[in-house]
Amino acid sequence: MVEAIRFRDDIHEEPAVSLDAFLDQSNATAVRIEAGEDARLLLPLLDRISLVEIDFPVFGDGRGYSAAQILREAGYEGELRASGDVLVDQLAYMRRCGFDSFIPDAPIDPKVMEEALARYEHVYQGTSDQRTPIWRHRHG
Amino acid sequence: MYQYDQYDQQMVDTRVEEFRDQVKRRLAGDLTEDQFKPLRLMNGLYLQLHAYMLRVAIPYGTLNSKQMRMLGHIARKYDRDYGHFTTRQNIQYNWIKLEEAPDLLADLASVEMHAIQTSGNCIRNISSDQYAGAARDEIADPRPWAEILRQWSSFHPEFSYLPRKFKIAVIASEEDRAAMRLHDIGIQLVRKDGELGAKFFVGGGMGRTPMIAPEIRDFVPADELISYAEACLRVYNRYGRRDNKYKARIKILVHELGAEEYTRQVEEEFAHMKTLGLNPPVEELARITEYFADPAFEGNAPDELDLSDPDFKLWVDQNVVAHKQPGYAIATISLKPKGGIPGDASSAQIDLMADLAEQYSFDELRVTHSQNIVLPHVRKSDLYAVWQKLDEAGLAPANLDLITDSIACPGLDYCSLANARSIPLAQKISERFADLGRQRELGELKLKISGCINACGHHHAGHIGILGVDRKGTENYQLLLGGSAAEDTSLAKITGPGFDEDGVIDAIETVTDVYLEEREGDERFIDTYRRVGMARFKEAIYG
Repeated sequence: MVEAIRFRDDIHEEPAVSLDAFLDQSNATAVRIEAGEDARLLLPLLDRISLVEIDFPVFGDGRGYSAAQILREAGYEGELRASGDVLVDQLAYMRRCGFDSFIPDAPIDPKVMEEALARYEHVYQGTSDQRTPIWRHRHG
Repeated sequence: MYQYDQYDQQMVDTRVEEFRDQVKRRLAGDLTEDQFKPLRLMNGLYLQLHAYMLRVAIPYGTLNSKQMRMLGHIARKYDRDYGHFTTRQNIQYNWIKLEEAPDLLADLASVEMHAIQTSGNCIRNISSDQYAGAARDEIADPRPWAEILRQWSSFHPEFSYLPRKFKIAVIASEEDRAAMRLHDIGIQLVRKDGELGAKFFVGGGMGRTPMIAPEIRDFVPADELISYAEACLRVYNRYGRRDNKYKARIKILVHELGAEEYTRQVEEEFAHMKTLGLNPPVEELARITEYFADPAFEGNAPDELDLSDPDFKLWVDQNVVAHKQPGYAIATISLKPKGGIPGDASSAQIDLMADLAEQYSFDELRVTHSQNIVLPHVRKSDLYAVWQKLDEAGLAPANLDLITDSIACPGLDYCSLANARSIPLAQKISERFADLGRQRELGELKLKISGCINACGHHHAGHIGILGVDRKGTENYQLLLGGSAAEDTSLAKITGPGFDEDGVIDAIETVTDVYLEEREGDERFIDTYRRVGMARFKEAIYG
């Protein structure tokens, strides 16, 4: 198994349970969402979650980006992990949507990743990563 | 027109470097074609039948002479000396080498241009009215709104892997020259109590399942535009179908949910989005709007026009429309010469159009979704000189909106999706109907040709549409009647069994004969068709 790439210090080792299982059992703190599942079902329970893993079955299935945004916009501060078909060229957008850890199916070259994440100094739009959009730079 | 500031320039320059790196990784074998494909698609690079095709974005179809010249330079340096203007108000080059693509993009960036998001399942180039800023009937210039949307949609992290491609058009007049309601999102600027805002239509499109977008909100204020657009896109990104490519466009979602339910979900999302601080302040719209201020029109430019040259008069009658400023006119350069390829222009023609824009049109050009070029601000007293120069270069066909001003997709000559050729058919039709007197007798007649069911040639929206299909290994053409991409948007219907190439041209002739027999008063073809109905035409075609 490929090692996780983490952008946070607290490591969460509890295996994530499925959304259905999570909604049924009150003691789990890690949950895994499949691409078609509704992240909003977790909103009332955010307090007790420390890890949400969102699966990308293929890199072109972009539902996980919205799921991540929804959780971050609702104030979720725990670990948000992307798993599955996660490629280096998608990492920057995933970071912008609030993902802070990754378990890709195939290993990612750390050097290429570093370059990809550092490439764009500015962003056009506000997202849950709270970077300052260009329009705000223009108008102070 | 809009000019990049340091931020815009940096974004585009960075993209060039990013793509250079990706191409390097591909050429070195570090990326497989499967991994590289989505990356090149985000930069408008398609692998077609014979070579790579690159699509360059021309935001809302507006460009200046320097940018136009760069398009000519690219045709000369990287392609076979021509380019193809498209129905998305963009330009495509058909013979690009992968290893040269990064240099090409760097050349584009040097004149504030790019190929970002001209393909892929993301928000594409924003289109608009080609007469924006010059039209008499607009309530405001729609382009500042389109530019706000361009910036918001560029490199949007949440909406770059949508179920399918996503097209947005912005207009600001009742007359629709941009096929607004055939877009995934169509926006019409409107005024409410004096305040400018956006009316949203969502879920239009052509392709296999054509739909006219229903209105889902009558007014979105300027400072909520982005959060409303985000809400529309988020509902689509979450619930648009991903199981079947052909049912993945937003029109299918809106249709399956019903416009009312889709709207309800958007409103719910919007209520939440409004709280997130996503909207640029009104000062940003004001900043951008300043770039689109009227050019320095002469207040007393003469309004009369010497039409004593009959050929010039024909061109003025057909290709020139009224400007909001007295003494000025909007002139359309037809890229539909007799026997030509719709939308194609040589580098020399591109350069000439750039020169004319610089000298006579306040340095501005527009690309239309009908694959023509517009000089938006020409002094009437300069029109004759402009026409003479165009005529010498083969750029003065007086056929705007006539039957030979057809839209055609690249078809089987270039495209890997096509089932039939479109270009040779458009060429043959333009020869059959070459007589200008006959064309003018037929009047406004929008002919649109697609070489496959994906409808890039807009056949659903043609007064007369043609759809090329593959029938047991031979090219076959279906004829459609009654479509419109204008404010009276309608979808064309298939007449019946298809034809071979010559057969479909004969059928078009039959159809136009029926029109001439049946028309009342000054009815256009589409008016007569709507009044008389399909049966009369069908009977004449199939007997």
